[in-house]
Amino acid sequence: MAVILDVSKLGINFGGLQALDDFNIQVHGGEIVGLIGPNGAGKTTVFNLLTNVYHPSRGGISLTGRNTLGKRTHEVTGYGIARTFQNIRLFKSLSVMDNVMIALHNSMSYSLPEACLRLPKYWRQEAEARKFSRELLAVFDMEDMADSPAGSLPYGAQRRLEIVRALATNPKVLLLDEPAAGMNPSETAELMRTIHDVRDKFGVAIILIEHDMSLVMGICERIIVLNYGLIIAQGTPDEIRDNPLVVEAYLGQQRGDSPC
Amino acid sequence: MQTLLKSTPFRYALNASAIIGLYAVIMLLIKTGILNRYQALMLIPIGFNIILAASLNLTAGFLGQLPLGHAGFMSVGGYAAALFSMSAALPTNVELPLALAIGGVVAAAFGLVIGLPALRLKGDYLAIITLGFGEIIRVIILNLKFTGGAYGLKGIGRQTTVTWVYICVVITLFIISTLMRSRHGRAILSIREDEIAAEASGIPTTYYKVLAFTVSAGFAGVAGGLYAHYLSIMDPSSFGFMRSAEILVIVVLGGLGSIFGSVVSAIALTILPEALRGFADYRMVIYSVLLVGVMIFKPSGLCGRYEFSLGDSIDGLCSRIRGIFSRKGGVSDGGDS
Amino acid sequence: MTLLYLMINGLQIGSIYALVALGYSMVYGIVKLVNFAHGDIIMVGAYSTWYIMAKYSAPAWFAALASIVICSALGMLIEKIAYKPLRKSDRLSLLVTAIGISLLLQNLAQLIFSANPRMFANIFTGTVTVGERSFSNATTVTIAVSVIIMIGLTVLVKRTKIGKAMRAVSEDGEAATLMGINVNNTISFTFALGSGLAAIASVFYCCSYSQIQPAMGGMLGLKAFVAAVLGGIGSIPGAMIGGLCIGVAESLTKGYVSSQLTDAVVFGILIVVLLIKPSGILGRQRNEKV
Repeated sequence: MAVILDVSKLGINFGGLQALDDFNIQVHGGEIVGLIGPNGAGKTTVFNLLTNVYHPSRGGISLTGRNTLGKRTHEVTGYGIARTFQNIRLFKSLSVMDNVMIALHNSMSYSLPEACLRLPKYWRQEAEARKFSRELLAVFDMEDMADSPAGSLPYGAQRRLEIVRALATNPKVLLLDEPAAGMNPSETAELMRTIHDVRDKFGVAIILIEHDMSLVMGICERIIVLNYGLIIAQGTPDEIRDNPLVVEAYLGQQRGDSPC
Repeated sequence: MQTLLKSTPFRYALNASAIIGLYAVIMLLIKTGILNRYQALMLIPIGFNIILAASLNLTAGFLGQLPLGHAGFMSVGGYAAALFSMSAALPTNVELPLALAIGGVVAAAFGLVIGLPALRLKGDYLAIITLGFGEIIRVIILNLKFTGGAYGLKGIGRQTTVTWVYICVVITLFIISTLMRSRHGRAILSIREDEIAAEASGIPTTYYKVLAFTVSAGFAGVAGGLYAHYLSIMDPSSFGFMRSAEILVIVVLGGLGSIFGSVVSAIALTILPEALRGFADYRMVIYSVLLVGVMIFKPSGLCGRYEFSLGDSIDGLCSRIRGIFSRKGGVSDGGDS
Repeated sequence: MTLLYLMINGLQIGSIYALVALGYSMVYGIVKLVNFAHGDIIMVGAYSTWYIMAKYSAPAWFAALASIVICSALGMLIEKIAYKPLRKSDRLSLLVTAIGISLLLQNLAQLIFSANPRMFANIFTGTVTVGERSFSNATTVTIAVSVIIMIGLTVLVKRTKIGKAMRAVSEDGEAATLMGINVNNTISFTFALGSGLAAIASVFYCCSYSQIQPAMGGMLGLKAFVAAVLGGIGSIPGAMIGGLCIGVAESLTKGYVSSQLTDAVVFGILIVVLLIKPSGILGRQRNEKV
């Protein structure tokens, strides 16, 4: 598969603090990549840089062949990158359906006058988008929740809805920020199946940040370990498991158990 | 029956006939003298207050950003409309709509120019900067030659009629409610809910903030035009911060994010001070006590985020009636509503 | 010499703005509310001083003290009745309640004292001569007392237990509760303190402008609020700097440009500052974590 995300020498400073430096990664279509590291290692910062929430101090990002430097977040989303958030950020008081419909914003093209005057293009595109949303929700077993306010859903369903919403923007790369946070082992196991399904059905590459090592080791084909803003190791789950640098980053000593 | 009630053409026909029907009833009440001359004249301020409140609701309720300078846009629109109609000599039925359109466009242009820098700020800071812009507009109008300075404008044609106000209200409410049920409206709502998530979902948030702000200012300008041609004078001192606050009070009392609430509350708060006229000196005291009381006991406003839909209401009524009948027949019908 | 004269005048009105701005700033810092009724507390302070002096022919110092007590009590009462029930609800509802209280105070005053302006006799008569120029005692006393109050307030907030509690609550109310701070009392104290300062400001204001009327708090309050934002809302030294800046800018505009345009200049400064540094001169910027 071709490289769809190419990040080279990415770095950012916050004030005097070097939060991330010399971050390189190439992601191929349909790959599942894990991003792990102790708290404060700069994992979410990577996501914020990839989605242009923060702008890098140095280095560059090329997404599906386009340079994202200086672009706004919504433009980068249009290039084909979507994300979920560590602390769920749904449109809480809007319905589940509307949450998905908002992410379909750019798949519709009717103008403001066409909307206000309810011209045929409005009806046609709205109906298509609504149908598509229903199908997408059905894939995640959420079609019967379509009319409930997103904030009223149980925790696990909210996490799933964030994934649905991200997928609705039709991404090539999907960033999942701690998707299993707060889930019990059976929910996590189900989430692993979901992530696999998403990759297979939608053909997206997935980068995920996660502290749950059973999930990371279970589904990631490649893992990158960050510590103090630097990549300290990368490789297959087996390579990472036995890497002494990783063990040290997690446990802070030379000898010890593996991080999982 | 039920599919008919839910079908789009039927809903349109229903709403259109309700709009015409309500107009006919109002006209009949005026013609027959059930509404006396004074009460009939009250309909006009009710009308422009509805427009002001609904348009402010677009930014305060749906966009979730609080502007405190709405009166500024109202005055800009009012002056533009009045200056146009005072210099033009056209038949009333051409002149007034043109004047209102000019008022709306000029106010929208001000909204755009002010919104672009101001909307970089959020929350309280946005409120404060719009307050600042509102006051500056007032002071500038006060010091310009062609706006009549402190004397304001006098002798503007009294062209605002109940019919014109009614048409403007219907157009405003129609545009705002269709806008809010489109992808553009949902984009505006998503900004209120979570700006970062909206941006990450592909919404150009800056564009939609400025858009909502501009549209809101435009409608305030139309209301200002109606106001000018109703009072026939424009006095710059009546567009200060207190006027903006009054409009905000209507919106919050009705319910942030409920157009229906804005309409109900605009009607109630326009009539209330007049209805309290019997209490003479106490009326404004009672008004403010009521206001504080409602906020303490129902902070989400009278209507919360409820939206009225004639079709849905009739639909609900029908299934309730069916429910009663089927229960009598001993068959439960599931009773969806 | 004119410049010096305008500067001193500016410092005088600026001191008054600063005293009022402190109230806005402290209240905003602690409950995140733009207390629109604060301007009307000034009006209440002015009327109570005037009434006590006119009705009971009490000495000026007594009337001023009584008005400070009345305003402090009123400030606490308003917070308890109108703002406390809304502490957990939408901030806009709180804002509208504050506007409602402001309307209520204005209209009550109008009901009791009528809308006609009343004359307020200057308490601080006489002049001080500096070189060739003479300044009224009202000017010198206003500036001097304001400086003393501001120093006292800084000490209060920095050094005392209640000051520490105020800073803790404004930083994080819930964490403060967990540390055993009585949040309700701290908020009450803040309102009392702010309103008391507004009462002092009202006395100074009346001595220089001699007229009082029910709506007098509106513009005065608004400008003091601008001063608070300018200096950085929530910051005490910021409120002082903001107040003095607004006062001097206003006075210079009056002297060199046009008295018609003072309001435009005041709000123009506000807009420029907000666009360049939204958190004001001394305010802190808070970024949202993603």
